[in-house]
Amino acid sequence: MVEKKYTLGWFIRSLVLWLVAAIMLLPLFHIVSVSLSSNVEVLKNTITFWPKGFSLEAYKFILGKPLIYNAYKNTIIYTVTGTLAALFVLTTGAYALSKKRCPFAKPVNFLIMITMFFGGGMIPTYLAVKWLGLLDTLWAIILPTAFSAWNCIIMRSFFASYPAEIEESGRLDGLNDIGVLWYLVLPTSTAVLATIGLFCAVGMWNNFFGPLIYLSDESKYPLQIVLRQLILQSISDGMETGPSLNIAENSIKYGTILVSIIPIIAVYPWLQKYFVKGVMIGSIKG
Amino acid sequence: MSKANNAPTEMLPVTQAKNRRWVEFKKNKYLFILSIPTILCLILFYYLPMYGLVIAFQDYKPFLGIMGSKWVGFDQFSRFFNYAFFWRILKNTLLLSVYNLLWGFPAPIILALLLNEVRNQKFKKFVQTVSYMPHFYSTVVVCGLVTMFLAPTGGLITRALSVFGISHNFLADARWFRTLYIASSLWQSTGWGTIIYLAALTNVDPQLYEAAYVDGASRWRCLWSITIPSIAPTIITLLIMNIGSMINVGFERAFLLQTPATYETSEIIATYVYKAGIVNNSFSYGSAVGLFNSVISLILIITANKISAKVSETSLW
Repeated sequence: MVEKKYTLGWFIRSLVLWLVAAIMLLPLFHIVSVSLSSNVEVLKNTITFWPKGFSLEAYKFILGKPLIYNAYKNTIIYTVTGTLAALFVLTTGAYALSKKRCPFAKPVNFLIMITMFFGGGMIPTYLAVKWLGLLDTLWAIILPTAFSAWNCIIMRSFFASYPAEIEESGRLDGLNDIGVLWYLVLPTSTAVLATIGLFCAVGMWNNFFGPLIYLSDESKYPLQIVLRQLILQSISDGMETGPSLNIAENSIKYGTILVSIIPIIAVYPWLQKYFVKGVMIGSIKG
Repeated sequence: MSKANNAPTEMLPVTQAKNRRWVEFKKNKYLFILSIPTILCLILFYYLPMYGLVIAFQDYKPFLGIMGSKWVGFDQFSRFFNYAFFWRILKNTLLLSVYNLLWGFPAPIILALLLNEVRNQKFKKFVQTVSYMPHFYSTVVVCGLVTMFLAPTGGLITRALSVFGISHNFLADARWFRTLYIASSLWQSTGWGTIIYLAALTNVDPQLYEAAYVDGASRWRCLWSITIPSIAPTIITLLIMNIGSMINVGFERAFLLQTPATYETSEIIATYVYKAGIVNNSFSYGSAVGLFNSVISLILIITANKISAKVSETSLW
């Protein structure tokens, strides 16, 4: 096809897309710039997308605060254990339920489908966690969200298309179903495990709702709760920022935001690759 | 006589079937063991809460438990319907969901169509990469950025607007809450939403475009007559799903962006349930309000699916 390249349409399209890219990217530039600028410049409100009077004081302050690194530690614990718990529940369940010969596969799959359209809602779920005695524990954060119908269906459809010959050969070698899953299927399913694992990890890292309603012990708060207190409620207990410190409040806030999203930016290339795949599997089968 | 004789022979296959099922179960018991964690999670965190919904029809007292609490029928519901701000909350919930759908649904389609026209693959990849990114930021971060950028002193957007002589405290103005909600939601999810459409677009047969080109069709003509009809099934499926989840407008975003000054527009069913149920410990009342919300959402998705099955023969089930 021969096409004129620089038409009016091409011009408008490029302009719109550049604008979209700028709107998506510039806030990040601003956060980085303010957090890296000296307090004099921040207080003068002159910083846009480039730091002025370079200073790392804000980061020294943030990383020296027990409030922040305790929350950071909690978030890492919740993310790691939560992801492992979710992967355990999802792989075992999805593998079993992908087989027609699994006892009760039909009714259980039906029960899973129902949860996509109807649920108990916020208060009964909170009460269930309370009845189970999980309030204010790690389990309240990682267990209620470990199973999700959506992730289970993605995995189930993956396992359903897994070549039966490989599983058969394993069974001939004397492995039972658990052995087949552990020794044969899982080692060759790393792509789907990575996809779902990343889904869960990002969800856990960003989890705000669970900690908000299930935790009241401040020493268990994850980063998202502390971020909300710091930025949206301007509660700064344990974050004393006197004028003696010579650090602008905004530098600390933006610095904390950045510290909380750096791990996500660090794994972003993998996130993008695997998440796009995950969305595709979900959209075809879901 | 013959009936009496037949009875035992009819019984036999039943017990045989039972035995066969038991043998079958024993043969596949390891699969059953593998499904136990999932079954437990389903029971404890999905079906126990659904059972817990009965407290919406009770005056639930934690020390009496479900068994001991008094049944009050629909009293909790009528308390909600008679609440002074019932209509305000319902209106806010519906308006926020409708606006969210009206803006949030077409935005990714438009962006995907724009990206699809781009011939420079590097540029396309760049815009995609950059626009997927906000999807991975937490709602707390996004709402924090909105709050900080609009801060009356020194916020980035406040400063930019002051160049044009505009100065306004958007965060404390109830009339601006919905705009902020929708805008932050668009910023966070438009890019990500393009993935499915871009995938559907790659499946369009290029021969169609070549044929149209030979016939002298313009690019607009191709867009309306080839591209959009080809991705219509995807659009409709996603529309049904969006309508179904429409009323479950994000609790987090509304909760994090609202201030007491904006309750007039920002208080929605979900944030009200949180305050009534968790903050004030009115568990029965909170459950009733939540159940009201779930029932509406269920009706919406069933209706959307029915309509779409009739109109376009695309349906979710």
